[in-house]
Amino acid sequence: MTEMSEFAELFGLFNYWVFIVLLLIGLYTIIAKSNYIKRLIGLNVFQSAVFLLYISMDKVEGGTAPIILDAGADQIFSNPLPQVLILTAIVVGIATTALGLAIVVRIREQFGSIEEQDILEMETP
Amino acid sequence: MSFANHVIIFLVAVPLAVAPVISLLRVRHLPWLMACITSLFVFVLSIQLTQSVLHSGDVTYALGSWPAPYGIELRAGALTAMMTVIVSGVSTMALWFGRYGIYVEVGEQRAHYFYAAWMLVLAGLLGIAVTGDAFNVFVFMEISSLATYVLIAGGPDRRALTAVLKYLIMGTIGATFYLIGVGLVYMMTGTLNFADMEIRLADVENLRPVLVAAGFITVGLALKAAIFPLHVWMPNAYTYAPSAVAVFLSACSTKIALFILLKFDFFVFQKNLAGHDVQFSWFLMPLAAIAIIFGSAVAINENNIKRLLGYSSVAQLGYILMGASFVTYLGLSGGILHIFNHALIKATLFMAVACVFYRVRSAELKDFAGIAQKMPWTMAAFVLAGVALIGVPFTAGFTSKWLLIKAALEAGVVGYLLLAVVLIGSLMALVYVWKVVELAYFKPATADLSRVSEAPLMMRIPLWIMVLMTLYFGIDPSYPVRLANAAAVSLLGHLS
Amino acid sequence: MFILFGVFLLTFLIIISIAIIRVKSLFSAVMLSGIFSLLMAANFFILDAADVALTEAAIGAGITTVLFLAALALTRETEQRETHSRVPLLVLAIAAAPIIFATFDKPRLGDPNAPVHQHVAPWYLEKTPELIGIPNVVTAVLGSFRGYDTLGEVFVIFTAGIGVLFVFGVHQRKAAISGGELAQQARGIRHHLIPRIIGKIFIPVILLFALYVQFHGEYGPGGGFQAGAIFAAGLILYSLLEGVDKALQKFPPKVLPWFVASGALLYALVGFVCLALGGNFLDYSVLHSNPVVGQHIGLILIEIGVGVTVFGVMLSIFLAFAARESK
Repeated sequence: MTEMSEFAELFGLFNYWVFIVLLLIGLYTIIAKSNYIKRLIGLNVFQSAVFLLYISMDKVEGGTAPIILDAGADQIFSNPLPQVLILTAIVVGIATTALGLAIVVRIREQFGSIEEQDILEMETP
Repeated sequence: MSFANHVIIFLVAVPLAVAPVISLLRVRHLPWLMACITSLFVFVLSIQLTQSVLHSGDVTYALGSWPAPYGIELRAGALTAMMTVIVSGVSTMALWFGRYGIYVEVGEQRAHYFYAAWMLVLAGLLGIAVTGDAFNVFVFMEISSLATYVLIAGGPDRRALTAVLKYLIMGTIGATFYLIGVGLVYMMTGTLNFADMEIRLADVENLRPVLVAAGFITVGLALKAAIFPLHVWMPNAYTYAPSAVAVFLSACSTKIALFILLKFDFFVFQKNLAGHDVQFSWFLMPLAAIAIIFGSAVAINENNIKRLLGYSSVAQLGYILMGASFVTYLGLSGGILHIFNHALIKATLFMAVACVFYRVRSAELKDFAGIAQKMPWTMAAFVLAGVALIGVPFTAGFTSKWLLIKAALEAGVVGYLLLAVVLIGSLMALVYVWKVVELAYFKPATADLSRVSEAPLMMRIPLWIMVLMTLYFGIDPSYPVRLANAAAVSLLGHLS
Repeated sequence: MFILFGVFLLTFLIIISIAIIRVKSLFSAVMLSGIFSLLMAANFFILDAADVALTEAAIGAGITTVLFLAALALTRETEQRETHSRVPLLVLAIAAAPIIFATFDKPRLGDPNAPVHQHVAPWYLEKTPELIGIPNVVTAVLGSFRGYDTLGEVFVIFTAGIGVLFVFGVHQRKAAISGGELAQQARGIRHHLIPRIIGKIFIPVILLFALYVQFHGEYGPGGGFQAGAIFAAGLILYSLLEGVDKALQKFPPKVLPWFVASGALLYALVGFVCLALGGNFLDYSVLHSNPVVGQHIGLILIEIGVGVTVFGVMLSIFLAFAARESK
């Protein structure tokens, strides 16, 4: 068990680093890409990174999912609150994506392109 | 059940519940009528809430009867009450005003979805205003944002689509940043309730994550509030939105984000982060000054009146921010009063432009030439509201700027600099307002205006009610001043 | 052990997300992001977040991917332009510094003494059996303690639903694009016997599973969001197998808005009924003389509301995309 906790000490922040990396990859995709669909994919990665941040908070070592089937038993449960928050955030994510995609489809119909650079050229005559 | 205790939840729950009903009404005019009635009802409730806040202090409400911080709590002080009055009041006027324009610009066959989305924006903004829970802010921010994207996408120009996609992406980044910030604060305190956060942060030893959280929250909300230099999504979104939507949003949506920013900074961080008040003012003061000068300068050179007004809003938000950055009683109360006044004035200006747009189908400056002869009532309203925007005495715009000037005089050397910025900003406002007035009154028409007539009476009445209110609150500002003072006292109360 | 497995999954996540940026074909990018979501779901599962894992798998990996594919069929499949700007990288490097700076004071993963596990959370774990009387604490917090958030969440979904219908509302008949891929696929699958028969066997199983997830949410992972999404996924599969036209016959565009609206309305009405019975908004305890039973009734009702709206919105968004091209 001690070996395990040394390992945990070393990699205990790994989740947060991955959160940061994913956040930045998502942000990079949004800023640097001209294609609207690609940007929305980037937005998805960006939001997923935040899910990881929250869910990483909820873990308690040796715990299980917070479903109390045997009230008397001496069990450790992980934290339910971040899970609840992220359930909400996931739903918000798909709502944004769906609306964004609908708008992209309409842009394609109206402008004939889904590349921002093309459209900027069209808008400034 | 005693109705008075539940007023605060009705503010949010009624428009929320009305939205799905409206989305099913495919009968002509009915969605509009129902939206108007709901909005008016909510406005009356918010007045009542304001009265009870002024008379008997903060109102709280435990949802599901679960005590905070375990359940979600609603909490209204003077600032919150003022925000609810602004949001519901402008929404009501804009709905009344916008009926014809919306039929033309959005089309009748999808009007029921449009008004449902309007109710959702209303509920979302009010929900943000009254909640006492940091995560709940995020949820209602998303309701209002998504519904706002829908409203803007209803604009008649195809460029509305690209404007709204830009807004959607930047808005989502802003909201996600806010969510990260809240997550970090939660990580260090274990709570999501504002009041509870304030107490528990005092015990946190390692403040670094909290500092980063403050950064994320500030940037995220600044994006939502279109604070310079994160305003890039805003002018186009307002320009291509349906006119009534521009009226509503220009007055409310960015200010709600600003309101949350103030709430976080003053309620949660000021007392707990050492030197936060100084950092706060040194960070925001230059931004505010640059925003005033930059926004006004772009507005002067702008050829589309809606976009001109959008950039003017960038500048006006600068005044509000400047007031807050003094972190003094006078400065805060001036900034908060300016939230109220600017909402009134900018909504009036957008209404006047919408009247012209309704007849001329253009918001380009050149198409305004000679329009005053054809639309004297509309342009007179524009002139009066424009005068108020500049800040001439006996208009609403004057009182808040006067307070800001007094606050600047208190602030020493830096204050003189800011005083100069306020005065230069006002002069620049004079220039861009005059640009429109000169064209409308003193230039011959370039286009054929023979078929242009005055806007329908049902558009002019709400427009002039707004104008008269602008004048009234310039002569007798006691009501908003009382609210702003109470708000400033409560914000500063958390500092000591 | 969970940490070792977690490190493996997370590294894989990063690799995939870099692949998403680099790949030119949008189709591949969408598929990769589906895999990304699935890995994310697996990762949530080992972090004890079973409910979130189920939701991420159903919504993130399932429905989102389908929506992206539907949108691709209406737009185009490859990126046309490449940006070579180095500015974003610089901006991001600046942004990265403070966040990494912050991590070193954060509590380690799984640390039971972290502040998150001290204040509000133990109260939920302790009080749920007594006050709500159901085993799944996540459902209890979601539906009751923070039921107001969930109300808001249902309205977020509702907004997306009416938003897509609104945005697609005009010019539906004269869509400028020619036959998209998805519709061809949809028609194509109909002629393949094996997927059709297997699909037909699976659809009822999927729908049944959705109902199980709906009503089992109090005891195990699950609830309205997951159930609504899975139910919608089953019917999306149906429309892929049988063609969108046939699906539209079963679910005509006039019927679906009723699903979209009624679920959200049901949730809000439960709140108002609680008010009328003398409680606060969303205080389910007043629904029955025994508060715990009242909570039960309230939770079941609002979960149905959630399920109906999520199902209605997901299906109508998909059909709005799919029908747009077949016209």
